[in-house]
Amino acid sequence: MSKSRSIKVEALTRVEGEGGLDVTMNGDVVEDVKLSIYEPPRFFEGFLRGRPLEEVPDITARICGICPVAYQMSAVHALEQALKVEITPEIRRMRRLLYCGEWIESHGLHMHLLHAPDFFGVNSGIELAAEFPDEVNRGLRLKKHGNELLEALGGRAIHPINVCVGGFYRAPKREELQKLIPDFEWGLQAAIDATRWVATFDFPDFQREYDMVAMRHPDHYPLNEGRIVSTSGMEIDVADYEQHFAEHHVAHSTALQSLRTGDQSSYHVGPLARVNLNRDRLSESAKRVADETSLETPCHNPFKAIIARGIELIHAYEEALTILREYRPFRPSRIPYEYQVGEGCAATEAPRGLIYHRYRIDENGKVTFAKIIPPTSQNQRQIENDLRAWLPHVLQDDDRKTAFDCERLIRSYDPCISCSTHFLKLNIKRAD
Amino acid sequence: MGDSATVQPKKKPRLGVFKFASCDGCQLSLLDCEDELLAVAGIVDIAHFLEASSHIEKGPYDIVLVEGSITTPHDAERIQEVRRQAGILVTIGACATAGGIQSLKNWADHEDYLRCVYARPEYISTLATSTPIADHVAVDFELRGCPIDRHQLLDVITALVGGRRPRLASHSVCLDCKRRGTVCVEVAQGIPCLGPITHTGCGAICPAYDRGCYGCFGPAAQPNCDSLADHYLQDVTNAESLLPLLRNFNAAAPEFQQASDRVAAMREPNP
Repeated sequence: MSKSRSIKVEALTRVEGEGGLDVTMNGDVVEDVKLSIYEPPRFFEGFLRGRPLEEVPDITARICGICPVAYQMSAVHALEQALKVEITPEIRRMRRLLYCGEWIESHGLHMHLLHAPDFFGVNSGIELAAEFPDEVNRGLRLKKHGNELLEALGGRAIHPINVCVGGFYRAPKREELQKLIPDFEWGLQAAIDATRWVATFDFPDFQREYDMVAMRHPDHYPLNEGRIVSTSGMEIDVADYEQHFAEHHVAHSTALQSLRTGDQSSYHVGPLARVNLNRDRLSESAKRVADETSLETPCHNPFKAIIARGIELIHAYEEALTILREYRPFRPSRIPYEYQVGEGCAATEAPRGLIYHRYRIDENGKVTFAKIIPPTSQNQRQIENDLRAWLPHVLQDDDRKTAFDCERLIRSYDPCISCSTHFLKLNIKRAD
Repeated sequence: MGDSATVQPKKKPRLGVFKFASCDGCQLSLLDCEDELLAVAGIVDIAHFLEASSHIEKGPYDIVLVEGSITTPHDAERIQEVRRQAGILVTIGACATAGGIQSLKNWADHEDYLRCVYARPEYISTLATSTPIADHVAVDFELRGCPIDRHQLLDVITALVGGRRPRLASHSVCLDCKRRGTVCVEVAQGIPCLGPITHTGCGAICPAYDRGCYGCFGPAAQPNCDSLADHYLQDVTNAESLLPLLRNFNAAAPEFQQASDRVAAMREPNP
């Protein structure tokens, strides 16, 4: 067809990992949208089989350098279920604290260095710093606090070493955590200011009908525990996750795509889904700023995810500060266990959204099966569907401009392509 | 040292960052230099860094940082082009310097996959191995670690910008524990620890958190892996438990590979 037109983004930028975008247009009709993920598969679920279960938090951390804690937390909770280990309230609190560190680091990074540049037509956070030096420097300092918390409690920021099945290898000394308090007091206010700043950005008027999915807990904003709920009214136990969501393989992606079972519809996970479903569980300051910035809930504008990230940044600072102030070294730092044949699953809330792990273990403490579903594979189809709806708004003569507008939408999801790719499965048939 | 005097302010070196099979964590280390990031951007021209900037310039680049290992035929070709475009090529992290955790498939092909067939032929374009960058092209400098240490990364970048060859220590983690005043977890608690054979760089964090080193910075200079393995097999643990410790994030580093293959041969045969 002479009117057929192809818009290509060879390499998405300011996302974690590498992918591209292929759009085929026929006149003004969007014929096809493919978020291509060409990261090489790394087969984690294949080589976890046969490994000692103690290694799982260390190994799965390596799926993603940006959200290793999400993998570690999901893995240890799933394995503890398989081993029938009950953790103490102190360990539970420390795990929330560690996750707060990751949220602060990841949200700080995405808001300031990856996403904000889109609202000012610049290429990077570094370029943005020429125009907004105070805001970008504040963002870098916020991000740094997240890393400092991860270092104090986890041993290091990328691939922390202190997380183990049953708890932590060592409880931090009181002064190791207490020294963070002044920075976190500054950071809480800075996070509020940063959120107020991003709320003033010029957002495209783009509303979608989403089925948003997140965890929900009776007492807390969701991090490590809760049930899985959706804006369409679903409410399930984590154990039933695989009955409601299933992965599909598409040719243009080395990541699998998750859809709702039944009507095969896409769904949306991440900060916007969490805030929409858990606004009443936010910390006081986060709630106040959410009200003040007039973030309507449910908010179905994907570009406003940056405000949701800001609100969660405030929440993470406030919750971390409470835990830091109350902290006393605890014993035991980890709960002992004995090997047994078992199976366990867990879902937690990674910075980018719901993440699900399931493992089977044998009587010698070896992994016999692993299944890992990261947030980006769950958002992948939703992003493609969003692009179909978004393209008619941004079609221009200049393909490069159109491509940029598409990338903007993709970036609002903070996709982590490294994560989503690892989980291409080895399907092995035993030839007896 | 006066290194900054050698920087030519007129023409900043052009920096390219390229990713192969990896987790993104090592290039994230550059963005994790929160206090220095804007200063780094002041001394180099960031010409290709997809994770950080939509501004993409064509090569050649004066300094190229390569993250990740080679696991697909396409990447085996792509690294050749990256090498052609690179003045100085520095590999960063365990994936790029030793094949990474995904190099475990190098063994699975022999010990496991021989008995298996793929159900999905579309994955055939994946290579059977994960190999370090230096197996494919000449590498000018290797920065170890899973993940790399950001201070070491800054040292390397500032040295290269100043026209110096980076000089990093290559002693073992064991020495760092002594400096740090950490009580030896092996001697005091009988925990197998790879500190005596592992490259410095992490700051000896694991023993400071009451666990053994698991070797994420790869082999130190001239490690005596066999002697350490024999000691552990005699007094501390068995081959079944020692094997995965030697065969993880730097499994395909030659010294660790040789040591783990030797220990694998000592295991009790499967019933």
